[in-house]
Amino acid sequence: MNFDDTPEEAAFRAEVRSWIDANAPKELRAELETSGFAGVSLSDVDPMAVAKAWQKKKSDAGWACLHWPKEYGGRGATPIERVIWGQEEGPYGALAGTFIIGHGMCGPTMMAFASEEQKRRYLPPLAAGEEIWCQLFSEPAGGSDLAGLRTRAERTADGSGDWIINGQKIWTSGAHYSDYGILITRTDPNVPKHKGLTMFFLSMKTPGVEIRPIKQANGDSGFNEVYFTDVRLPDAQRLGAVGDGWRVSLTTLMNERLSIGSGMSTGFPELFDLCCRVETANGLAVDDPAVRQKLATWAIRTTGLKYNGFRAISAISRGETPGPENSIGKLVAGSTMQEIAMFAEELQAQAGIMTDPDLTAASGRFQRMLLRSPATRVEGGTDEILRNIIAERVLGLPADIRVDKDVPFNQIPTSAR
Amino acid sequence: MDFEFSDDQKQLGAEARRFLQAKCPPATVRAVLEGPQAYDAALWKGLGEMGFLGIVVPEQYGGLGLGYLELCVVAEELGRALAPVPFSSSVFLATEFLLAAGSAAQKQAWLPKLVSAEAIGCFAFAETGGPVSPKTVQLAATGDRLTGTKIVVADGDIADVAIVAARTASGSDARGVSLFLVDLNAPGVTRGAVETIDPTRSHATLTFKDAPAEPLGDAGDGWRLVSEVSDRAAVLTAFEQIGGADRALEMARDYALERMAFGRQIGSFQAIKHMLADMYVSAALARSNGYYGAWALSTGAAELPEAAASARIAATQAFQHCAKNNIQVHGGMGFTWAFDCHLFYRRSNLLALNLGSLSQWQDALIQRMRDRNSQAA
Repeated sequence: MNFDDTPEEAAFRAEVRSWIDANAPKELRAELETSGFAGVSLSDVDPMAVAKAWQKKKSDAGWACLHWPKEYGGRGATPIERVIWGQEEGPYGALAGTFIIGHGMCGPTMMAFASEEQKRRYLPPLAAGEEIWCQLFSEPAGGSDLAGLRTRAERTADGSGDWIINGQKIWTSGAHYSDYGILITRTDPNVPKHKGLTMFFLSMKTPGVEIRPIKQANGDSGFNEVYFTDVRLPDAQRLGAVGDGWRVSLTTLMNERLSIGSGMSTGFPELFDLCCRVETANGLAVDDPAVRQKLATWAIRTTGLKYNGFRAISAISRGETPGPENSIGKLVAGSTMQEIAMFAEELQAQAGIMTDPDLTAASGRFQRMLLRSPATRVEGGTDEILRNIIAERVLGLPADIRVDKDVPFNQIPTSAR
Repeated sequence: MDFEFSDDQKQLGAEARRFLQAKCPPATVRAVLEGPQAYDAALWKGLGEMGFLGIVVPEQYGGLGLGYLELCVVAEELGRALAPVPFSSSVFLATEFLLAAGSAAQKQAWLPKLVSAEAIGCFAFAETGGPVSPKTVQLAATGDRLTGTKIVVADGDIADVAIVAARTASGSDARGVSLFLVDLNAPGVTRGAVETIDPTRSHATLTFKDAPAEPLGDAGDGWRLVSEVSDRAAVLTAFEQIGGADRALEMARDYALERMAFGRQIGSFQAIKHMLADMYVSAALARSNGYYGAWALSTGAAELPEAAASARIAATQAFQHCAKNNIQVHGGMGFTWAFDCHLFYRRSNLLALNLGSLSQWQDALIQRMRDRNSQAA
């Protein structure tokens, strides 16, 4: 049991470190380090421009999408090299947030199911951050129950083999700045729901695609509704066989799980720092026994997640594939972040309600975190879905009894019908 | 990075599990629960024969001369099996005190016996209810004689030797606390077994009246030694708790698969699944914190005090959480004497207090983080 690199890993780390040291946008480091737990916000520059510039620079030097094959814009690196890159990239890694869905999910899906020609066309600009991708999965009637989606794809009758898409997606992160997307549709409503799905990819500029940002509860707009009205796609943009979309989507979602190593923030270090500065009736908050009990509980969740990540990295280093046990990361971090934000407000008493960065402790970050954290517990699998995953795939408990099993999709009762 | 036990260490764990499955099935634990004996003497002897009582003890004293990672994997198996033996008292505490501060003669006199199971060691600390602090250590040391009473001494009724914290300078200062080694079979020592929430681990009140004692370590160094050894014992006990938590979770999972209600396995209800998922999460957090503690303990890292407190807190929470919800998943059957659920519930609540309470360790963790931050600043 040790934290040491093998000689090969150490040599790779040294190479990474010296390249990052020579090339990273160091003037943003301090700001990136403190913006991690409430989303990237940069005061003087356009985050998108900075993110694209850093990604392009990495790509030109062969440091983008390390685990992808070289011919598709990657480096052909081993999983452990990718982890080392992530550790060394540190706060600059937050800039890749814009590309994470493309690199983590769309890219691997294209790699597995697109034609050779398509892969050579689309993957390198995706790796270089020149083209941004989104994932068009969730729908108003199909969130946790993704396979309940209703967006229809129908073959045209003109013999061209083209498809006509009609329907609506929702919660599409970054659709408003994306160039391409992967899209799951229903091609056969007469069979049970998992069997009638088909995957496509498309340009977000295709006629008939309309993107409407969703104004979120916290006032931001990171997600979108995407409407499809008679959108015509050639059959060449289909990924996988007709009716095989569920299996294709599982490839996408499995890759999401592999995107580990960076670990999720809980906000604990920031809270600890606040408690060392805020005075209460009994002196500094950090010296109050009741505060200490809360802090300790959040501390061990934070360190537990960190060392859980180290165990996963060790497994990768040994050539193993991380499994569903890594679902605990977001489950624990999401609710901890919310509890911490609420407690940080509580410590500030009346002043805790203010959001002006100049008037609040920690520049208003806890207030932003308070308003953002409910989404963390829902996006990318709700707390409840993650508990189901742990119960079913880690502990081996039976799946919930499904009343819609073996029922043709168009006969399943829904609230929308 | 290799944040995992080695194949050899895992093999040692597997060997310990096989041994305990054969020598310490639930019936063995139950025999101590229901019978007059304070511990299972045959199991204790067997653990000595396997070398498990001297894993970290140098070979010159009859030990195996291995490291703390090896001791951690064995501790986990003892926790899974709820082994009704004085392992923690004798190995995590008495042996550790001797290794940390014993003179050559004291080590020579006691370590070989502790390693071979010929003798049992214990640690006598608390004198009053509530958290132990330097001011609660008032048992008087006069020269080489001790006078006073220690309460809830784990294995005090069966031990041959005790490490006793006593006051060598009046007042309430930590510097007035020193450690002594007492042969419990000598005159001047009386002991009375006490009943506890977990009869599978014995406890006693020890009364000393001019009892002969030898200093262990330097005078006035007692409190520091207690803190140091408590941190080490916290990591080792955390592995016992991790083992217990995992076993309680497995029992609950197995029962949820087997038990039918409303025409289906109860494990198919989300209320049960989510409870089990939360148990898994707490056990996983405990294991990962425990691994870090094991790393710090085995390498003598400066991070040990924080790592030990984290391991202790996470493991205490996990074992209590898994043990109480194991009963909940079992429903009414879980509250019967015949089912083993209560054995885990009892042990989890015993281990939650045996090295100080959860809130004491929470307080210690935050104080240690604070000290580190102010040193860095």
